[in-house]
Amino acid sequence: MSAADTTTAKLPPVRQSPPSGSAAGGPGKPGKKNGGAGVPWLLLAPCLLVLLLVLGYPLVRLVALSFQKFGQPQLWGFQEAESAGFDNFTKILTDGEFWAVVLRTVIFAAGAVIVTMVLGMMIALLLQRVSGWVKALINIVLVASWGMPIIVATAIFKWLFDADYGVLNWLLSRIPGVDMIGHNWFASGPQGLAVIMLLVVWGAVPFVVITLSAGLTQVPKELEEAARLDGAGAWGVFRFVTLPILKPIIVMLTTLSVIWDMGVFPQVYVMRNGHPEPEFQLLTTYSFDRAFVVNDYGTGSAIALVTVLLLLGVVAVYMRQMLKIGDVE
Amino acid sequence: MSAANATAAPAKSPAPAVTHRRKSKLGWNLLGLLVVLTAGFPVYWMINTAFKPAKDAIDPDPHFFPSTFTLENFKRALEIADFWGPVLRSLVVSLVVVVIGIAVGLLAALAISRFAFRGRKIVIVGILAVQMVPLVAMIIPVFLLLNDLGQYDRLTGLIITYLTFILPFTVWTLRGFIVNIPKELEEAAMVDGCTRTGAFVRVVFPLLAPGMVATSVYGFIQAWNEYLYALMLMSQQNQTATVWLSNFITKNGTEYAPMMAGSTMMAVPIVILFLLVQRKMAAGLTAGAVKG
Repeated sequence: MSAADTTTAKLPPVRQSPPSGSAAGGPGKPGKKNGGAGVPWLLLAPCLLVLLLVLGYPLVRLVALSFQKFGQPQLWGFQEAESAGFDNFTKILTDGEFWAVVLRTVIFAAGAVIVTMVLGMMIALLLQRVSGWVKALINIVLVASWGMPIIVATAIFKWLFDADYGVLNWLLSRIPGVDMIGHNWFASGPQGLAVIMLLVVWGAVPFVVITLSAGLTQVPKELEEAARLDGAGAWGVFRFVTLPILKPIIVMLTTLSVIWDMGVFPQVYVMRNGHPEPEFQLLTTYSFDRAFVVNDYGTGSAIALVTVLLLLGVVAVYMRQMLKIGDVE
Repeated sequence: MSAANATAAPAKSPAPAVTHRRKSKLGWNLLGLLVVLTAGFPVYWMINTAFKPAKDAIDPDPHFFPSTFTLENFKRALEIADFWGPVLRSLVVSLVVVVIGIAVGLLAALAISRFAFRGRKIVIVGILAVQMVPLVAMIIPVFLLLNDLGQYDRLTGLIITYLTFILPFTVWTLRGFIVNIPKELEEAAMVDGCTRTGAFVRVVFPLLAPGMVATSVYGFIQAWNEYLYALMLMSQQNQTATVWLSNFITKNGTEYAPMMAGSTMMAVPIVILFLLVQRKMAAGLTAGAVKG
């Protein structure tokens, strides 16, 4: 049901009509039926205008800020922002702490994405094999954790992992030979971040499972059977039939997960009571910290910009995928 | 790098599938129940803690099934700081954002799904790309912008800001729903003498309504759950619901039992809303992403 076929077939005048500028005011009534080039732009105008204002301007400002010296005096308007050239960038790029943060962020995001995708795929496959009532139960639980506000989820995990009264330490201490009572999970960065990663994964898995489940229903049974007849084991069927069919969905999910997991903020921020220790800083909190705690908005913006650039690489993959779909259309 | 992960990551998953034939359905069901227990435990523990006396919550031997049932924690949660003020503010912000988002987004979604025009692809890619910009990265310029405009600590400022993520999302999802409505229906109406607008209002709109409701509810939830902007752009007196929750964290420690009660109050309505629209939403999201 390719939309484009019908669209282009039905709207031949589009090609000949003058470019949007003059058409925008022009077509009015007659344009309604034939769909002059002006109509779609007219429909898009409010949206594009709003996005330009709320997103375009701040984005430009972000870039500008990252090349400026902008601190408290500039914020209060006592002083004009002055150009700093590449100072902000040289400052962060030569700073060992920044690179440590970058590395930590990449490891954190990669870990969260991999665990999310693997768990998501396993649960999606499991859903195909369980009885109806178990499936319903799993779905309810997944949707509940999906819909849970991040901030509430963070509060709950904080409570679960509380050093003195957390139920997790108690549970672990039931294992013979393990005494975890009073264990502070947030005393060390890696352990604390692992807990935060678990929190992120817990919130992210449901979307992956539900999307993959929808995708799994599209896998033709005949193909699986054919593969089985040809001697493929369960693994072979998965690897050579299921996986290739699901690939577009997996690419989409992975890209979205990377973007979301690189942007993790409230989880760390709230978990550390608004003051993440140095070994908990990720790029997002680090940028926030530079800007709003140290009051160096220029450097903060430079860090944010680097984060966006890092993500661009990932997004490029996703865009290619989406454009391919656009071609089909 | 991510692409490599994508293909490598799920590769481990079918390990349980290997044993498929040896185990009966019972094995899979047990595994499924394990998933339910693990994934559901945090939510269960929230509700469990919320309804038991604060003293029991810090009992060294936790009670997995509450022996005494109390609403004390809820009372305390309502006392600790104004609750209804933040809720009202969150409601206003989320509703206004959704109404603007749907109104503006619907027009745009129509344009990119029902019209062929030069630059259409660029617009589609642009709207997709905009969704990729991490919100956190924008907080500094947005904060400065609202500061300059005198919109700091104003609900309008927050509303404008929330449009950055609600609007692209709305356009994209509505597009997914519209694309799924056969074009032929509209054409038939137009052949029968409807104008294009008429065909839309009489034919497409009724079919789109459920999708619009789902999109609105989902957008509402997203706006309601937002934390960072709400924290940075509003002062303590004007905090919204998500920020309100941090009132339980004090210098002297965290009051967990009332905090879980507060969490329950905040989460339960949202989760129920979410349960209602989730099926429709998942369909729309995947339709928009997978189908043209």
